Amino acid sequence: MLANYGYIGLLLVVAIFFAVTTLLLPLFLRFIHIVPHKPNPIKSSTYECGMETIGKAWVQFNFRYYFYALMFIALDVLVVFLYPWAVELRKLGLFGFIGMLVFTFIIVVGYIYAWRKKVLEWK
Amino acid sequence: MSIFNPSLNLFNCYLEALPPDWPGGFWLHLGLFVVIILAFVLAMIMGFIWFERRGIGRFQVRLGPNRVGPFGLLQPVADAIKILIKEDIIPAKGDKWVHWLAPVVAFVPALMIFAVVPFQDGALLADLNIGILYVVAISSVSVVGIFMAGWGSNNKFSLIGAMRTVAQAVSYEIPVVLSIIGVVLIAGSLSMNEIVKAQSIPFILLQPLGFLIYFIGACAEINRTPFDLLEAESEIVAGYHTEYSGMKFALFYLVEYTEVLAVSAIITTLFLGGWRGPVLPPVLWFLIKVVAVFFLIFWVRSTIPRIRVDQLMAFAWKCLLPLALINLFITGIEVVVLPEALPWTIIFLNLAIMAVLIVLWSKFFRLGGGRVEV
Repeated sequence: MLANYGYIGLLLVVAIFFAVTTLLLPLFLRFIHIVPHKPNPIKSSTYECGMETIGKAWVQFNFRYYFYALMFIALDVLVVFLYPWAVELRKLGLFGFIGMLVFTFIIVVGYIYAWRKKVLEWK
Repeated sequence: MSIFNPSLNLFNCYLEALPPDWPGGFWLHLGLFVVIILAFVLAMIMGFIWFERRGIGRFQVRLGPNRVGPFGLLQPVADAIKILIKEDIIPAKGDKWVHWLAPVVAFVPALMIFAVVPFQDGALLADLNIGILYVVAISSVSVVGIFMAGWGSNNKFSLIGAMRTVAQAVSYEIPVVLSIIGVVLIAGSLSMNEIVKAQSIPFILLQPLGFLIYFIGACAEINRTPFDLLEAESEIVAGYHTEYSGMKFALFYLVEYTEVLAVSAIITTLFLGGWRGPVLPPVLWFLIKVVAVFFLIFWVRSTIPRIRVDQLMAFAWKCLLPLALINLFITGIEVVVLPEALPWTIIFLNLAIMAVLIVLWSKFFRLGGGRVEV
């Protein structure tokens, strides 16, 4: 089993190598004068072909993302418990099923509360 | 298809002849499957790009690319060469390192999904016993790369696109993951190979609602057209890759198609019975099913117009999520109460439940017109 994680780790190395090589290839081609490289201030300005940007783009997030992230965390924790339960449900039987139903019900109460409080509206 | 023949033969010889405890088997297995995965991904993506452009051309009553090579088959190659010799422009005000690393961070997880996709019985790089959980975990990392691209560009259009991606990925993650649990409940295992082996009937029949939810949610997670708000040309230029050019742009393009290929392969494995099928060799069945799912994805793309961002979020949270929870517990009841029931009874039961739920939700949930009303 541990060998399988070795495969995953080595595939990670290969994938990073592949992606970085792909990005370094144009740099090499630029070195032998196949790819052009003539930067100037106008070409490397932000959104060169359109209107000039006013101010910076690095601003704070809109608040509504925050609620979605909170909802996501609550439900994602539920999902983490659901996976092992799903694999073993045949052995756990009706008791395990009802136990998970109660657990999900607790989370769903919060979900319905958020819905009633209009958190799920994108305004 | 002829590209695959040499590797196919090698594949079969390897599986039949080589004992698993052969010394050096680890490295041979690794080398063989890394080559197969890379060849599979690159060849299929070339094919997909050609197939999609020609196919969408036919859908829109035009020809599509037909000049380069026979039937325009060499068009992706020509595009690749052209994009390789383009100048690489980095915005002066952007964050140079984040801008450079973003394509790598987006591409690596997309490729790593294929480590657990079975091409044939036992023919996969790593037969993890938590296979599908690994896929769920690794597939959402690509979003970090896309967000880095939007942030590093220091362009407002890019940032809006990137923020939409994050909101979209967060919203559609839950229904997708819950619909996968339905499959896990029936198969009783998280290993991809075991899930395929458990499918004496394809799970699309036992889990029709789960399949629909997974298909819609996965299309949204990989930003295919009805849900491609992060690069909506009419609103935000090209979204997160507005400031990208040359090979970095090509890598983002590659990420998009790698994810489509990954979703096709996962749908094939989870819902369509993977490599199982009569007469033809298993690998061929796998490829046929992958191409069929891909055809379905771009058929949807050419049919349905892009939806609005508030509709997108409402659809995930108010429609897909409750349906996925209901589907999960109905499947749970079936597994606990009727473990030995005839498959056809359950198939008809599930199809009826799906029809009732969809009709019910369409009455209760209206997306048309101006504002969303629930």
